[in-house]
Amino acid sequence: MRSQPHLTKPMHELAICQSVLRQVLAVAAERNAWHVGRITLQIGPLAGVEPSLVRQAFPLVAAGTPCEHAILEIEPLLVQVRCQLCAATSEVPPNRLLCGDCATWRVDLISGDELLLARVELLDAAEAGVNV
Amino acid sequence: MCDICGCAGGTDHFRVAGSVVQAETGKQIEVMQALLHGNDHQAAHNRAHFLAAGVEVVNLMSSPGAGKTSLLEATIRALHGRLTVAVIEGDLETENDANRIRAAGAQAVQITTGSACHLDANMIHAALHRIDLRPIDVLFIENVGNLVCPACFDLGQHRNVVLLSVTEGDDKPEKYPVMFRAADLMVVTKLDLLDAVGDFDPGKAKRHLRHLASVAPVLEVSARSGRGMDDWIDWLLRHAAVSAHA
Repeated sequence: MRSQPHLTKPMHELAICQSVLRQVLAVAAERNAWHVGRITLQIGPLAGVEPSLVRQAFPLVAAGTPCEHAILEIEPLLVQVRCQLCAATSEVPPNRLLCGDCATWRVDLISGDELLLARVELLDAAEAGVNV
Repeated sequence: MCDICGCAGGTDHFRVAGSVVQAETGKQIEVMQALLHGNDHQAAHNRAHFLAAGVEVVNLMSSPGAGKTSLLEATIRALHGRLTVAVIEGDLETENDANRIRAAGAQAVQITTGSACHLDANMIHAALHRIDLRPIDVLFIENVGNLVCPACFDLGQHRNVVLLSVTEGDDKPEKYPVMFRAADLMVVTKLDLLDAVGDFDPGKAKRHLRHLASVAPVLEVSARSGRGMDDWIDWLLRHAAVSAHA
């Protein structure tokens, strides 16, 4: 039997999902849209937010809202640093932000800590399968 | 209505999405907005209060039991007569830590989060209504003991201090990179237990922090024996002086 998504302990991903919902509903309301087809998030490995927990928690906050049937898409991102000494750009693990060329830790993070609502796709009533 | 600033008030108005650059392509709307936009907005509001009051605000984060409250007790005693300290305490339950802070001689406000694993900027704003910031030089926010969630939420603080006790293991920065990357200062605590623990190497802890490309200074402190407290107090005095004259 497939288990239902459930939350066994407090987690900040629930707060993140509430934030997603508020922001998406604001975008939809501005355009008088009643249904949201797709929500695209960007969550970097260094954002401190676990995508799988966001996927679990989102249906709980979206229930009964225009986002109820929305597809939640989370775009995977890489951790990348640029060396302050040799200017090389490297893809690195989240806990080893070292230059791939000269191994110094004097680097700047150029991607990997994103936590963004990237895109929202709105549906009209016909697309959402609603009789009007 | 917010009593301290007269803003339209409550908490929810901060959560409304602000000006968002949106480019419409078909029905796909490009938003590119920070997911914690509402919290960040409230945090900026808190920061404006702190700036107006000339208060240095330090957010203390660590795992549970790393010694945040003990460090604060020793800090309040060490700063007695030099700086006025207040503390916002975050815990899931009880007023125990706030009582310890009051016994040490400082004003304390307890936030009990129930089941929430972190403090957010709205909770801090609500707590500010219970503190008179004017006489305060340094406001500490003792966050919920947790090396994961609190790292995501800006509270309006000036600096994040992350504690790592010698009983936890020197590889914590490697295991919790998001939290330790957020640190403006890392304090190794319970230094008096270093010999008893045996395998904690402060040098290694610092190396793990550097591997996160962090330039944060590292202090080694024992609140119990007083070792290293002078460096910590100097750090606080330096930053409090900057905030007082900002």
